[in-house]
Amino acid sequence: MTAHVRLSRRGILKGAGALVVSLAAVNASMPGLALGAAADPKMLGSWIALHDDGTVTVYLGKVELGQGNGTTMLQLVAEELDLDMAKVAAAQVDTARSMNQGATVSSSSIQQAGGQIRAAAAEMRQELLRRASQRLGVPMDKLTTARGQVQGDGKSITYQALIDRELTTIPVTGKAPLKAPADYHVVGQRVARVDIPAKIDGSFTYMQQVKVPGMLHGRVVRPGGQSAYGKAASIVAVDPSSIADLKDVQIVRRGNFLAVVAKRQWDAVRAAEQLRVRWAFQAALPETQGLYSKMRSARTDDAVMLAEGDVAKASAAHVVRGTFHGPYQSHAPFGPSCAIADLTGEVAVLQCSSQDVFALRDRVAKLLNRDAQTVRVQYMEGAGCYGHSCYDDAALAAVIMAQEVGKPVRVQFSRANEIGWDNYGPAHVGEVVIGADKDGKLVSYQYDGWHHGWHIEESTEELALDTPVRELNKGPGSLFVNKFVTGGMYAIPNRLLVNHAIPGLEGYLKGANLRAPMDLHYTFTSEQMIDQLAAQVGLDPFEFRRRNAANERWLSVLEAAAKAAEWKPRSSSEPLSGDVMKGRGIALGTHRASMGAAVVDIEVDRNSGEIVVKHVYAAMDCGIAVNPDIVESQIIGMAIQGTSRMLHEEVQFSAAQVTSLDWNSYPILRFGQHPEVTPIIVKRSDPPLGAGEEVLPAVGAAIANAFAAATGKRMTQYPMTPQRVLATLGA
Amino acid sequence: MQIKVNDKVHTIDADPDTPLLYVLADDLGLKGPRFGCGLAQCGSCSVLVDGKEIRSCVTPVSSVGDGHIVTLEGLPQFYAATKKLAQAPARHPVQQAFIDEQAPQCGYCYNGITVKACELLSQNPQPSDEQIREAMDGHLCRCGTYPRIMKAIKRAALEMQK
Repeated sequence: MTAHVRLSRRGILKGAGALVVSLAAVNASMPGLALGAAADPKMLGSWIALHDDGTVTVYLGKVELGQGNGTTMLQLVAEELDLDMAKVAAAQVDTARSMNQGATVSSSSIQQAGGQIRAAAAEMRQELLRRASQRLGVPMDKLTTARGQVQGDGKSITYQALIDRELTTIPVTGKAPLKAPADYHVVGQRVARVDIPAKIDGSFTYMQQVKVPGMLHGRVVRPGGQSAYGKAASIVAVDPSSIADLKDVQIVRRGNFLAVVAKRQWDAVRAAEQLRVRWAFQAALPETQGLYSKMRSARTDDAVMLAEGDVAKASAAHVVRGTFHGPYQSHAPFGPSCAIADLTGEVAVLQCSSQDVFALRDRVAKLLNRDAQTVRVQYMEGAGCYGHSCYDDAALAAVIMAQEVGKPVRVQFSRANEIGWDNYGPAHVGEVVIGADKDGKLVSYQYDGWHHGWHIEESTEELALDTPVRELNKGPGSLFVNKFVTGGMYAIPNRLLVNHAIPGLEGYLKGANLRAPMDLHYTFTSEQMIDQLAAQVGLDPFEFRRRNAANERWLSVLEAAAKAAEWKPRSSSEPLSGDVMKGRGIALGTHRASMGAAVVDIEVDRNSGEIVVKHVYAAMDCGIAVNPDIVESQIIGMAIQGTSRMLHEEVQFSAAQVTSLDWNSYPILRFGQHPEVTPIIVKRSDPPLGAGEEVLPAVGAAIANAFAAATGKRMTQYPMTPQRVLATLGA
Repeated sequence: MQIKVNDKVHTIDADPDTPLLYVLADDLGLKGPRFGCGLAQCGSCSVLVDGKEIRSCVTPVSSVGDGHIVTLEGLPQFYAATKKLAQAPARHPVQQAFIDEQAPQCGYCYNGITVKACELLSQNPQPSDEQIREAMDGHLCRCGTYPRIMKAIKRAALEMQK
């Protein structure tokens, strides 16, 4: 794509008649008129448009992040409208046109947005039935829809023949009947993803490959990795003569925000490396090895998240307790963030890979001190990001550079920018005390969690602006101990969850949601102690979980994983000897709604301390799997990423700054060591739920439990690196 | 300076030390080779030069000389040439296998993954699992699609035997 605007809305509608479903309540707040993208206010805020060629455009607010939801959302529409998949397409996510469905986070696409889109499609189908009834003279209840036609009483008419010459907008009443799951023929099918062929033959355009006429290439200039959030390094001196040999390079500076902009990309890359800058650092970080003691001794803001029954009065025959530690981890997208800002026209246009284009639009407006109506943010798919990585940071950097040089600027983050300046999944200390009665029934559960909150300002804002940064650690959307993961999968009469918020502005790193946010910490702590308790009670860990499962759905996902793995209780005679020790572990996990279970086989090399995960059996109940092949692909990805995060990933830092800057200093699981994965979908007819996060924490904890099964020792800190393994085995 | 890319000779006006990647992406507008790390650590930018996989992000354009560069876009022709087919197929069997297995998620790393797998099968038509693991170990996939890559390479190998 070379132009800003691929198709105006008017263009999509081809100026002819079209039937548009809209949500009236949303219309007023939708921008667009000022942008000239949509002339008819009735069209604003529409979900679905049926065109005169019988095709349908869906205006999704959720973005394709590589997880396949671009395909599954279209399946929902094709299903409700009885259309072939080939007739349904999604419009680009664009603040000037799309529905504001909120950020693409927390596996919310299918759960929330999917429901909205389905309802809109059903509404359109009802309208088509009404019109066909009049035109054909057949009562509505005698009519059916199939493959883009309304049929009944021996007559039929195509959808497009039912469109007026004028554009008609129909409101979403919420009363249109939805198809019964038993009648599904698109939902539940292994429909091939629409985006894959172009990604395989080189014709797909990722954000990193978008070009705009006259654009320049920008690079941020930052010192290695980030410092403590709110205590950024400051510029002492910049020496422009150090890049005097490079032609057509401009230095951009605003506060401590420094960048270079060049005509040719290689010159920008060289200039960013070559430019001599003296930075002053504050040694505010605890260093990697001092992190957990600093967190645990911090002055905290404590809050009870959940208190059921009375843990103090519960009498338990068996009690286990443990303290566990989990690191900062990076999103580390495979392709570093990229964005293009063009401020040369009346409307500022920003192309980027933000998970929330509407929130970013408002931020850009604030940064530029202009009305949000004159800022347009367009989503272009980049590499998978797994949460709030640097896409907004890169976008804001592009805006500043474009403003300073007066031309469109493309900003490509370097590998060091991306890993070293990421908004990391926060570190965590978890303490859990769990009790069971003599029959192995869970009776009490207390979880205390220590972590700071989410960052609010991006690094570009922190560096460029004079205003102090803020932390989101109170109220909706803030980081709390997650009740669904900390014991929520079990029936426990007495449960107490306590959140200990540490002050994130007192010498910690930026924190943001990383796939299955914090859940890996919680399962690493909680599911290990569930295993320990099972051993103390004298029950097999699968059997112990089976007896205590919160409900039938948790029970069936647990049993599905165990069955696929042919789970057998370990016999006590199996020796824990030999150079390579083998172990099998089981665990449950979730984020919010879907349920995950995993059985994992590992090998531990007693001499090198190296762990190899051999096989992961991972089961998920996500309600109706809209596209089972995509769900299985997600399960496989979560198994691999869960293995990577449990064995390898940890952000390293000195007192002054982060030192994890590339794939050597932030290693991830490599091809040569990947486990075989058996994905299992638990078949259900319940409404579809998100399917991108829940298995990951189950896999991580199952690896930790497999380690204990293999070695008889418990790891209290991850990643489970050879060094830590040897220390644990030697202890 | 002239370089030969996907059977076509291009005249390039770039600093001789410019990494090949930026020439392919910016000057020739190719979308196969993608920036990933600039450090030859991940395989995102891989291309074939005379049938051998190299990292274009650290390869100065001047060092390629008259070597024949094949990018993701040119793999069907590369296959036709090595197999001595009269006509290039729409896709290299490895590309087709990645589609058949629905292997990619975000797909960004699949440039290098595909290029490397094509190199492997051109040198070793029936690799063992271990040989596939060894050959592909220098190519990272952050979405974690390794298992489907494995299946697809084996599928392509079978297909190419036919």
